[in-house]
Amino acid sequence: MAGKSLYDKIWDTHVVRRQEDGTVLLYIDRHLVHEVTSPQAFEGLRLAGRKPWRTGAMLAVPDHNVPTTNRLRGIDDLVSREQVETLDRNCQEFGIQEFMMNDKRQGIVHVIGPEEGFTLPGTTIVCGDSHTSTHGAFGALAFGIGTSEVEHVMATQTLLQKPAKTMQIRVEGALGKGITAKDVVLAIIGHIGTAGGTGYALEFAGSAIESLSIEGRMTVCNMAIEGGARAGMIAVDEKTIDYFRGRPFAPQGELFEQAATYWRTLKSDPDAVFDRVITLDATQIQPQVSWGTSPEMVVPVTDKVPNPAKETDPVKAEGMRKALTYMGLTADTPIDQIAIDKVFIGSCTNARIEDLRAAAAVIGGRKVAANVTMAMVVPGSGLVREQAETEGLDKIFLAAGFEWREPGCSMCLAMNADRLEPGERCASTSNRNFEGRQGQGGRTHLVSPAMAAAAAIAGHFVDVRHF
Amino acid sequence: MQAFTQHTGIVAPLDRANVDTDAIIPKQYLKSVKRSGFGPNAFDDWRYLDPGEPGMDHSKRRKNPDFILNQAPYDRATILLARQNFGCGSSREHAVWALTDFGFRAVIAPSYADIFFNNSFKTGLLPIVLPEETIDELFQAVASQSGYTLTIDLARQQIIRPDDASAIPFEVDSFRKQCLLDGSDDIDLTLKHADEIRTYEAQRRQSAPWLFLDR
Repeated sequence: MAGKSLYDKIWDTHVVRRQEDGTVLLYIDRHLVHEVTSPQAFEGLRLAGRKPWRTGAMLAVPDHNVPTTNRLRGIDDLVSREQVETLDRNCQEFGIQEFMMNDKRQGIVHVIGPEEGFTLPGTTIVCGDSHTSTHGAFGALAFGIGTSEVEHVMATQTLLQKPAKTMQIRVEGALGKGITAKDVVLAIIGHIGTAGGTGYALEFAGSAIESLSIEGRMTVCNMAIEGGARAGMIAVDEKTIDYFRGRPFAPQGELFEQAATYWRTLKSDPDAVFDRVITLDATQIQPQVSWGTSPEMVVPVTDKVPNPAKETDPVKAEGMRKALTYMGLTADTPIDQIAIDKVFIGSCTNARIEDLRAAAAVIGGRKVAANVTMAMVVPGSGLVREQAETEGLDKIFLAAGFEWREPGCSMCLAMNADRLEPGERCASTSNRNFEGRQGQGGRTHLVSPAMAAAAAIAGHFVDVRHF
Repeated sequence: MQAFTQHTGIVAPLDRANVDTDAIIPKQYLKSVKRSGFGPNAFDDWRYLDPGEPGMDHSKRRKNPDFILNQAPYDRATILLARQNFGCGSSREHAVWALTDFGFRAVIAPSYADIFFNNSFKTGLLPIVLPEETIDELFQAVASQSGYTLTIDLARQQIIRPDDASAIPFEVDSFRKQCLLDGSDDIDLTLKHADEIRTYEAQRRQSAPWLFLDR
């Protein structure tokens, strides 16, 4: 019999029961909750007279709507405020632990889960948020769900699921100088396409993935969903285990070592069979910049904006034309000649301490370019912000002309006051370049933190390797 | 959940690939704590020429005459014909609520993003997958006949065309099909197995105690 993949191992340990048609009742170990996708689920519980199955498996935090300035004066937008207060009330009513807006531990749900050790290897983790795939970086099975399923998990601690197909994406070789996890995952999405992972759980493997830091692995798994896969995961190694030592929600002492013994088994067996295996050459990956309105519309910074006239698939060519019109770009323009208006360094993709360090390192005493009207840094959590300030990173950003904000999702999706105006062009470390994502009519280019910082200083995209 | 058995309705063609959930329901409307009322804001950025915010009277906004759902008879459409990877992006179930609140009962496309596909079944919106060629045929049929209507029979897994052409069969997961036909509540179904969930938990408390440090 063939060996098991990492996905199979976690799946098998979480099966409560199997139906005849293959649908499984899957036990969920960890449920992260935020203010946007939970109110209707809580209301559903109330209407049906149900209680959460296991509140200790839940952790809540407001992140999408929270302001990133003047936090102490509260939320000006009444509708946003109502949503955050609804979360507060629901957590209080049902007895769920919440890091409220002004708690130092508050932050983006996918940053605080691992930071607190609430996320653990080998667990099943869900959240009403597609970027839940982030937590797969720790050898967990983590995926986003809709509000009906949020309610289902609250009420039963389980989900009705069918197993996904498995795809292993191997990135082999050494990454070049200045190439980051963000470039790796954008290159992967450019390769498999935005629907390439649909129906699959992805496992990222190979020497380039193993060499990534924990933060970098989170960036890669975070964007599995941009390749169409609900879940992305990476095998456990000593880096993973060390990460959890001393985290507040993680086991301590002897129990930690007992857990670690099990965690070390969380890797695909050498003879595991995948439905699909893809291999990328790490040495060929360049710094990436997205040019269109889908994350698969991405090219190396050394390249040009693609030309739809050269695309043979008519549906694709039409999509490219629509994207170019929306983005206000002309085919064949060199990427490094595209000027930008704003810079956003933040989001669950790239707002951890390592991301902020990488961005700060590029600045080198220089200033944000005159044509850049706003450059903002939004740390992923209050603890990341505090750590960055201890290291003096805030001073580097402020001296260069960046704004230093309070933690939250911010301009990744612009549910709070942080947004692009129509026509504005942004170098963004976030995960989606969809039309209107960062503000109606806004134009998003996805890049790594280092590339975003370099673009802020140059006023246009530049190859960070020669900057 | 609203049951789905058989449905006949006008087909609206949305001829673009990778329609994401940000496009289906823009973020500012996700601030609502309700499950209904999203219909006027389905495809908001494409449907209106002026920017929209929650709380506005959307009937007074300037509509984009070029957008298909603003044109009769598609403003009364109940079946959406779309291209590949429909519903990609965010997990927001609000996208499905916006479509059903607009009046859609089914979507027909060559492929869907996983989370959207799943959310649709939970809310009584039937997402039908058909081969690219059949989708092309349907786009042509809709283009050649304004108000083109289809009948979807879930029990028989067939789409019946108006012009005596042969019925189009479609696949659907048997369990999901039954849930839709019954309009059943998943949570009720699952709670019938509450004892099994408790048994599983008790075993896991033994084998992986570090997962139960509920604090």
